[in-house]
Amino acid sequence: MSDNGSDNASKPAANRTPPLSKAKRQSNRRRFLRTALLTGGVLGAALSGFLPLIYSQKKRLRPPGALDERDLLSSCIKCGQCVQVCPVSAIKLADLIDGMGVGVPYIDARQQACDFSCDAVQCILACPTGSLTYHKPEFLGVRPGAALAAKPILLAKEKDAEPTLNLNERIGLARLTRPEACLAIQGKGFKGQTRGPDFKGMMRYMDVDRWKPIRIADHPYDVPECDLCVRECPIKGAISIETVFAPDGSKRKSPVVHEPCVGCGVCEMVCPVEPAAITIEAREVWKT
Amino acid sequence: MSALLKRRFVDQIKVMFGWEPTKPTEISPAAQKIHFYKKGNRDLIAEKLHARAHAIHDNKWRTRRWATLILANLLFTFSFFLDIQVLEGALTASRFVGFHLIDLNSGLQVMLAHKHIINNLIIGTGTVLVLWVLLGGRTFCSWICPYHLLAEWAEKIHLFLVKKKLVTDQTMDRRLRTVFWVIFALLAVATGYTVFEAISPTGILSRALIYGPGLALLWVLALLFFEVFFSRRAWCRYACPIGLTYGVVGIISPVRIKYKLDGCFHEGDCRKVCLVPHVLDTVIKGRAIETEVPIGPDCTRCGLCVDTCPTGSLSFEVKGLSKLM
Repeated sequence: MSDNGSDNASKPAANRTPPLSKAKRQSNRRRFLRTALLTGGVLGAALSGFLPLIYSQKKRLRPPGALDERDLLSSCIKCGQCVQVCPVSAIKLADLIDGMGVGVPYIDARQQACDFSCDAVQCILACPTGSLTYHKPEFLGVRPGAALAAKPILLAKEKDAEPTLNLNERIGLARLTRPEACLAIQGKGFKGQTRGPDFKGMMRYMDVDRWKPIRIADHPYDVPECDLCVRECPIKGAISIETVFAPDGSKRKSPVVHEPCVGCGVCEMVCPVEPAAITIEAREVWKT
Repeated sequence: MSALLKRRFVDQIKVMFGWEPTKPTEISPAAQKIHFYKKGNRDLIAEKLHARAHAIHDNKWRTRRWATLILANLLFTFSFFLDIQVLEGALTASRFVGFHLIDLNSGLQVMLAHKHIINNLIIGTGTVLVLWVLLGGRTFCSWICPYHLLAEWAEKIHLFLVKKKLVTDQTMDRRLRTVFWVIFALLAVATGYTVFEAISPTGILSRALIYGPGLALLWVLALLFFEVFFSRRAWCRYACPIGLTYGVVGIISPVRIKYKLDGCFHEGDCRKVCLVPHVLDTVIKGRAIETEVPIGPDCTRCGLCVDTCPTGSLSFEVKGLSKLM
């Protein structure tokens, strides 16, 4: 490629250019090496860009309506329009070391869950490439258990003409991962600001203002038996407090997650114990 | 268009893909006459010095361009930050008062990787395609791309260091950019992941300006460092596939720079400031094939040459506009 001298030697004499000087040949060779070096450098950096693909088996909570991990990574154009429309800023864009694809959206439910206070899953509406979608194209399969049995009913608009959310698949599933810490199981109540006075998370409270989410810290609780996860769950029938039998045979109360759970993460966000007793298993499916 | 200019038109497309411009084999009689006149004319030197002494060097186009670039990027930032909702999204994809706009290279990468194209993607990419065909293709690079502005400043530092003989510009083979374009397109198809988007300084910077800085900026810094100390404008010149995508769009664009042979003293100031000096091969003494030569599609229409030319031999032109008006 760079060594024009030898190239020209093989050409017929008629259009042979004068042989290159030694210095010129040398500078050409150096230039070729530099070009190869830059190629290697940029491709090397690009390789690091593939890390999220290798880790795509790892579970991450993506915005509602997100395609399966690999399809999301291939179709997301990384524009952040979903970030811009979210009224509670639940959606963040991943950074270089997050390993989720630079600029690809995710939700950290403990910090700020999606409480559907937009009423219509606006992030899906904003997505220009169909990475977040109401209607998944047919050739992309639905994982068994990911599909919701029915369109979820949003409690906040239960009395509206159209009470459901246009969601066909869950993004995850809530699970009581630390039952030993759960206040409900211990029969304890909760009084005060859940997550403390400095917590920045926001939520829409229907009895405060349907259209204006407020800080959770500005909405203190006083409940004789903790049921915050059930009380604040935005989806109808997704979670309830049930009487269950403990291993020792005694009866006690416990939050129980049901099939309509979409995995929005509000329960994880409002759980007053640290770390949360109930968490979202991203991409988890419903197993009967 | 004369047969000569047609041949040059094709040659300039090859030059955009990385071939070196060649000496013309044929020159029109009118241009030959001017070349001949210039060769024999001793008064020309005096005339040249006169023109140089009286040339008013302003940065008219650079000021306009920087203002446009900064405003466009701030519009993104403010649309989100102040919630004025004029231009929502980032440079990769956005909505201008509701209309989808999608960056051509990002859109192409997503189409190749995902292999499923929804209507919004077609609408957005189509709109932007028409827009940049009209506006000049690589105009995107110099008038919108935030990395271009940073690289321009890095270039100034680089040139200062070169002048002080502290560094030398390490040039590379320009065909590399075409190779990268193909590699990233193939990677998108094969892996189903838009890996170029992960390292695109344009996307990283645009998102940083709108959603706040992140560690991905370190890569942008590394590129700027490379450009300051090793190779002048290396990313834009030798690597960026976005530039090539918009360059291809610019092939048929009416907006371009026009070179007029008669007043030119062939001093080469324009080539010194140019990001893509291979498109200005025509200004070299004896190279112009016609009395007026349009500059090729790899030109970013940045206007630095127009600003710097002491004789007004380079100017912006909108093809067909003079006929219409």
